[in-house]
Amino acid sequence: MTKGKVSGIVANLVVVKVDGPVAQNEICHVSAGGAGDGRGGDRLMAEVIKVIGDEAYIQVFDSTRGLAVGAEVEFAGHMLEVTLAPGMLSRSYDGLQNDLEKMSGLFIERGTTTDPVDFEAQWEFTPLAAPGERVVAGWWLGEVREINIVHKIMVPFALEGTYTVKSVAPAGKYKVTDTVATLTDSAGGEHSVSMVQKWPVKRAVKAYTEKPRPAKVMETGVRAIDTFNPITEGGTGFIPGPFGAGKTVLQHAISKQADADIILVVACGERANEVVEIFAEFPHLVDPQTGHKLMERTIIICNTSNMPVAAREASVYTGMAIGEYYRAMGLKVLILADSTSRWAQALREMSNRLEELPGQDAFPMDLSAIISNFYSRAGLVRLPGGDTGSITFIGTVSPAGGNLKEPVTESTKKAARCFYALSQGRADSKRYPAIDPLESYSKYLEYPEVQQYLDATVEPGWVDRVMRGKTLVQRGKEAAEQINILGDDGVPVEYHERLWKSELIDFVILQQDAFDATDAYTRFERQRYMYNMVLDICERSFAFAGFEQCAEFFKELINLFRQMNYTEFEGAEFHNYRKQIEAKL
Amino acid sequence: MTRAFQKIYTRIDNITKATVTLRAAGVGNDELATVGGRLAQVVKISGEEVTLQVFAGTEGVATDDEVVFHGEPPTLRVGDDLAGRFFNAYGQPLEGGAAPEGEPRQIGGPTVNPFRRLQPSELIATGIAGIDLNNTIVTGQKIPFFADPDQPYNQVMATVALRAQADKIILGGMGLTNDDYLYFKNVFENAGALDRIVSFVNTTENPPVERLLVPDMALTAAEYFAVDKGQKVLVLLTDMTLYADALAIVSNRMDQIPSKDSMPGSLYSDLAKIYEKAVQLPNGGSITIIAVTTLSGGDITHAIPDNTGYITEGQLFLRNDSDTGKVIVDPFRSLSRLKQLVIGKKTREDHPQVMNAAVRLFADAANAKTKLENGFDLSDYDERALGFAREYSLELLSIDVNVAIDAMLDTAWRLLAKYFTPAETAIKQELVTKYWPRSGN
Repeated sequence: MTKGKVSGIVANLVVVKVDGPVAQNEICHVSAGGAGDGRGGDRLMAEVIKVIGDEAYIQVFDSTRGLAVGAEVEFAGHMLEVTLAPGMLSRSYDGLQNDLEKMSGLFIERGTTTDPVDFEAQWEFTPLAAPGERVVAGWWLGEVREINIVHKIMVPFALEGTYTVKSVAPAGKYKVTDTVATLTDSAGGEHSVSMVQKWPVKRAVKAYTEKPRPAKVMETGVRAIDTFNPITEGGTGFIPGPFGAGKTVLQHAISKQADADIILVVACGERANEVVEIFAEFPHLVDPQTGHKLMERTIIICNTSNMPVAAREASVYTGMAIGEYYRAMGLKVLILADSTSRWAQALREMSNRLEELPGQDAFPMDLSAIISNFYSRAGLVRLPGGDTGSITFIGTVSPAGGNLKEPVTESTKKAARCFYALSQGRADSKRYPAIDPLESYSKYLEYPEVQQYLDATVEPGWVDRVMRGKTLVQRGKEAAEQINILGDDGVPVEYHERLWKSELIDFVILQQDAFDATDAYTRFERQRYMYNMVLDICERSFAFAGFEQCAEFFKELINLFRQMNYTEFEGAEFHNYRKQIEAKL
Repeated sequence: MTRAFQKIYTRIDNITKATVTLRAAGVGNDELATVGGRLAQVVKISGEEVTLQVFAGTEGVATDDEVVFHGEPPTLRVGDDLAGRFFNAYGQPLEGGAAPEGEPRQIGGPTVNPFRRLQPSELIATGIAGIDLNNTIVTGQKIPFFADPDQPYNQVMATVALRAQADKIILGGMGLTNDDYLYFKNVFENAGALDRIVSFVNTTENPPVERLLVPDMALTAAEYFAVDKGQKVLVLLTDMTLYADALAIVSNRMDQIPSKDSMPGSLYSDLAKIYEKAVQLPNGGSITIIAVTTLSGGDITHAIPDNTGYITEGQLFLRNDSDTGKVIVDPFRSLSRLKQLVIGKKTREDHPQVMNAAVRLFADAANAKTKLENGFDLSDYDERALGFAREYSLELLSIDVNVAIDAMLDTAWRLLAKYFTPAETAIKQELVTKYWPRSGN
């Protein structure tokens, strides 16, 4: 194995003189305190990011404090990998897949590593494949039960070509490292397969036969998303917004409510207290879709803003690779990354230390390519066995100064299909979620297969109704501008009616109280009911005598609708408010 | 801090305004050194060449000055004898007296494992309704004041600190004017609180780069009291804009490519490392950070307030309210992200809805004001909103208010009932039934 010695240090960029071959993105370990002065003995993990002659430039995933020239470096011969095996659900990892719960002290001491899964645990294995079967990477050989999901044991992703099953272990209890199958390759070589495999995180798992266009809508319970701009199973979306606009509250709402089998929350360079909220709440909250505890379907990858910057970049890839593993089992995976801007900033810091020529705002030139490449790993896939699995990816973006023309937002816009723009103006007037109804879009509404799906599952002509609502909001905004310029009296009463109709849609459908147990989560059935009720009112014409009468009428109507939103769907109180609304009309 | 066989170097190869470079062996990254009697820190090692950042600047440093390496990064001796003392950025006593004698700790230490943190849940009452009612602060939170340089942010911060009932208050002053330094000293002394206070101060008279040590010094002391002693510690950092300016100076002199607003590309991580030290610990101890970020011309899109806003758990804006002549906590732009953890839970059930309704109606008043300024007639509703806004500013938003939270809520209900109908407030019916003041009362 190649070795080396440290020859230069600037912050976490370290230059190493090597004695043999090294690969780009190869992992290595630096012995801190290697200058022989007895300081420490920490093994610091690092990744090669540039090679010039016999000098490898490495980014260290940890503090380089006290590191001196001459420290020993050992190269590992592989890229950054995740360990994939049963037992990952409900765990909390750092960006390099160390289990945070297993770390003993209050502080994360430098160089600490912990096992990502329990290697001693026994799993009840049931074989699925039979000897003689022809298999490829990702083929299901057997299964175990991991909390509430059926966890498939697959032909490792790293095995290329076709193999023949020689034997599969009988049903029984096994450790993840025990051999559960033996495969023969075309040349007759034998390969033992256990329940654990490793995969380099920066490489996409390709163990699928095709990537069809997504067609099914994923319910999130957030009306401004599901009704107005739905995301699909296997879709991609992003949420840019200035600070204070409610990105995190929205992401948490989605992570609690979304109709997915597995949720991966990647806290990437954000506040630790936000992750603590998940640690504190998820073990108690119930998944509205299944009735199980939320934590049981969740994996947290947590590299908060004060954790090492280089590991921040790794964390999004770690999350994606784990997501791809569960997708290959035929599951619906949802990955939420907060925030991808912090990841881009980590790239910028490194690029800067490497003295690369900068692109816009000092970001690396290939930022756009890196982001598209990453988003393209999400999607719906058809697996070798014929089933489908999906990764839905929603990232937040924190644009500098709230300016959506900055490079990370622009690059992400090219890659993601749903755009949920959070607006400062809406946040300032406490109209939450602050998703701007006019700026935001979902490209999926244009997909014929999505339209057909909504026709069949919600009601025929649904997308057309949604579009009509959007037009009403647009016209309301135009009317508001006219009123601002000409004054309340200076415009026909009809303008006020237009304005108030769009306010009705805004207050009743788009605004939602994320902190109210009932209002926070609206099932599609209820969304359909409420939206139809509101749209029908908006499509009536009223003959108001003056703008004050109009405003008063709609204010009272909005109040009744809001009270209705706080009550249980189809309950007695709900219908009581409905009757009051009908009486008013 | 001397070690056996300490090697003295006497040949400096390069000198820039802030750094010196020399050939030395066995030097560790981040290590401290003395260059001609001034403190310096290793920032770059390339083979045998070591670059040191000299905190006090390099004016007068000669190529034959003595350079001695200390063998360790900056440390602070932590112990109970820190209490009641004022220190400079290096942790040396400012007004004579013995140096602290506790155990030396490296500043800028490791991160608390997020999994070991607790969710902040203890309210900090300040008596200021603009904070307690609209933007409740919680232990373990980090929140800055975004203020223009002419606003009384240091006074408000001192008031908050003294009312907050913290076990220790740690002041990290960066680029503090001498007058402000004396102000803090007097206020703390007069309140009889000096024994609860530890200060690390870099004034405008000191070299700017020294400021870079202040937050880490203050937070190392804070971690000692919170982690080792289980105390509730409040850290005041003023002014973080001057801290960031010092970062930019160093980065510039190290020939780094600047990103937005001439700030270093690592500004976000640099600030996060400081603010993320705010924590609620399982032993009951906590570190709460209240900071000041001064704005230029109220521009929050500048890189410093912008990055800060993404890190901190909200921000508090001060504003002069021309209608009442008071300094108020701006209800629109201020935000405390952690208030959701306590309002309506640790405070009365009606808190969230009353707070939102009042702010929304205050916004209606702002719209009415715009209409008035544009020469349009006001409706009856507009008139009522304006009346409400005036009293709301005076009785609740003004920073000179000092009342308990229940009294703030009662005041808010009284004002709502005086000017509006229940439907106009859009508050949940059950709360209206319970709290809406009967007419005539």
